[in-house]
Amino acid sequence: MKKTFVLGALTVAGLAAGAAQAATVDDVKARGKLNCGVSTGLVGFAAPDANGNWGGFDVEMCRAVAAAVLGDSNAVEFVPTTGKTRFTALASGEVDLLARNTTWTFSRDVDLKFTFVGVNYYDGQGFMVPAELGVSSAKDLDGATVCIQTGTTTELNLADFFRVNGISYEPVPIETNAEAQQQYLAGACDVYTTDASGLAATRATFENPGEHVVLPEIISKEPLGPLVRHGDDNWGDIVRWTLNALITAEELGVTSANVAEMSGGTNNPEINRMLGTEGNLGEQLGLEADWAMKVISAVGNYGESFEKNIGENTPIGLARGLNALWTEGGLIYTPPFR
Amino acid sequence: MVKYQGVTGIHMTTLTDPPKETFRLSMLINDTRYRSLTFQAIAAIILALSFWYLLNNLFQNLAAAGLNISYSFFGESAGYDINQRLIEYDSQSSHGRAAVVGILNTLLVAFLACITATIFGVVAGVLRLSNNWLVSKLMAFYVEIFRNIPVLIWIIIIFTIMTAVLPAPRAFRGDEPAASMLFGSAAFTNRGVYIPGPWFSRPLFDVAVLNWLLVLAFLVGSFFGARALGRWATKVQEATGDRPVTWYFSLGIWLVPFLALMVIMGLSWEYPALKGFNFSGGIKIGGPLIALWFALSIYTGAFIAENVRAGIQAINKGQTEAAASLGLRPGRVMNLVVLPQALRVIIPPLISQYLNITKNSSLAIAVGYADITATLGGITLNQTGRAIECVLLLMLFYLTISLLISAFMNVYNSSIKLKER
Repeated sequence: MKKTFVLGALTVAGLAAGAAQAATVDDVKARGKLNCGVSTGLVGFAAPDANGNWGGFDVEMCRAVAAAVLGDSNAVEFVPTTGKTRFTALASGEVDLLARNTTWTFSRDVDLKFTFVGVNYYDGQGFMVPAELGVSSAKDLDGATVCIQTGTTTELNLADFFRVNGISYEPVPIETNAEAQQQYLAGACDVYTTDASGLAATRATFENPGEHVVLPEIISKEPLGPLVRHGDDNWGDIVRWTLNALITAEELGVTSANVAEMSGGTNNPEINRMLGTEGNLGEQLGLEADWAMKVISAVGNYGESFEKNIGENTPIGLARGLNALWTEGGLIYTPPFR
Repeated sequence: MVKYQGVTGIHMTTLTDPPKETFRLSMLINDTRYRSLTFQAIAAIILALSFWYLLNNLFQNLAAAGLNISYSFFGESAGYDINQRLIEYDSQSSHGRAAVVGILNTLLVAFLACITATIFGVVAGVLRLSNNWLVSKLMAFYVEIFRNIPVLIWIIIIFTIMTAVLPAPRAFRGDEPAASMLFGSAAFTNRGVYIPGPWFSRPLFDVAVLNWLLVLAFLVGSFFGARALGRWATKVQEATGDRPVTWYFSLGIWLVPFLALMVIMGLSWEYPALKGFNFSGGIKIGGPLIALWFALSIYTGAFIAENVRAGIQAINKGQTEAAASLGLRPGRVMNLVVLPQALRVIIPPLISQYLNITKNSSLAIAVGYADITATLGGITLNQTGRAIECVLLLMLFYLTISLLISAFMNVYNSSIKLKER
């Protein structure tokens, strides 16, 4: 165990330096596959189905990038990572891209040397408790045993929340969401805390979701987004503008259904620039001219992906809320394609 | 060659001068006296160079990635909470203190598991040699089952069974609770076992630890008292052939001062009670600690059982028969003749098993036990991103502890080994 750590650390150090020079996009093209770090299983965001095919909101981010770079949304090798292993996996070059509900924080951006390319989900940390406990506010949780995924921002937020409110708790650190779920259902902890979206996703998989309530308090800001390593800005740009293309497509009404028709040319110059019928934005990124067309025809626009995986008509049942477009009162906004 | 010439020279009494030895460079390869040294020197140089290359590579790459080795994060506030703390700790304490909490937790579980694994191992090892077919087969079954399944699986199985089978604290609530406390004083829940905790109503010192140290000092005193009594009994036995009956004196030496101290300090018990979400009061032995402790004990106990069996079987059957023919009963044959000789076979592999327990305790994170690997090598490493620093410290810690355990056990080993005069 210790040995693996050291070798891991040496590899991280070795590869992080190597990766700074090599162009990730060339590696991906040469490999013919995108290595994408996802969570070990969070229904709606990233989870394999009964046939082992990965699906979910984060998974579609991976597929979108694969479609943009390789023209094939299935050319993705999904690498499940835990809260603890994800950064090592990215820093060591094991994955090209991490799309794993990871919170954008100062120290991760600056100290761990990653580039967050944007936010694809505005989240916040919440609490879930069994309804029978009769708890209506997180401030009633004095003395509770709290299950928490280790290696995440949530354990720091949790410590802060209870300290500020002058109440005590007992943390039960757990490696993965699945284990946490098992401990919570067995009653080994009273409360499960993670991002509110994760709570909704977990609750949706319970036998009786109605027996569990998500408390109203949201105790932190958790902007989740895909991230890449420092030092390869071109790769960062590709991932960033793939995300932006998904969002802009929703804003401009481009969907997976009409993108083929629209790529024949429209009277909206921004759509034309994005889909490659005008200008050379694709060439500037080092991609084919119709990269965005492939992205949208593979996974749909941001709104489609949201509704299909985690929206109100899915078992997860998340409302758009903060994640609505800026034109509809949300925070989702992109710079223009120009 | 040279020696031979000298010897024959003396025999023949015609003294010829031995050829003057001159050192030639080719002798480093051709002369057997130097060859092995030459190769060892070359190997050592290559080894040193490759280590230098690896380290240099590491530091160059670290520098190229803009990383530097720094332990300054040790003084910064950790920001996370730990559920099992043997010393004062909260989320505002430093990362260094969190590491110390982890170290103490590692030492605690390693110490407990070493003791219970030894007990399991000795009992199973001796019983495996029993003439009772059922008992010996049962023990063989225990050994083969437990040592052939990885310890991580055992840890998880035991923890999962505990959380699934034992009731949650809320099952103890209500007028007709689904679960009740054992003798009204101990609660077995899926979060851990709550037992009454002792405290002193008339403490002699204000600091609680000092009172407990006083108790410990009394026990140590009793131990030496009882040992002196034993020595005296042996001396009398050697002089007169009769061993005086001393067990009630011995019992007195153990109990009287201890009980007197307890009465003086006013020993009382604090019972656990359900308050809010959890039991509070008394002593809590957390579920993760129990799972880890028990799993390490039964797993390593199976190996120790084999060591014990090997040690006993290493003693010549003639020894047993000779002792029996002197009229010793089987129990005394084992205690006075076989075990003292078997120990010198048992102890060296036992040291390895103790080291294994200590190192295997790093699997603690699987059940959320906050050992050093979980605090320093887990949360601290994650929150600070200082992987190399944390891992180097972890290695240093485990190395130090393992070497200390080896040293202690080697001292013990040399004290019980066969005295050859």
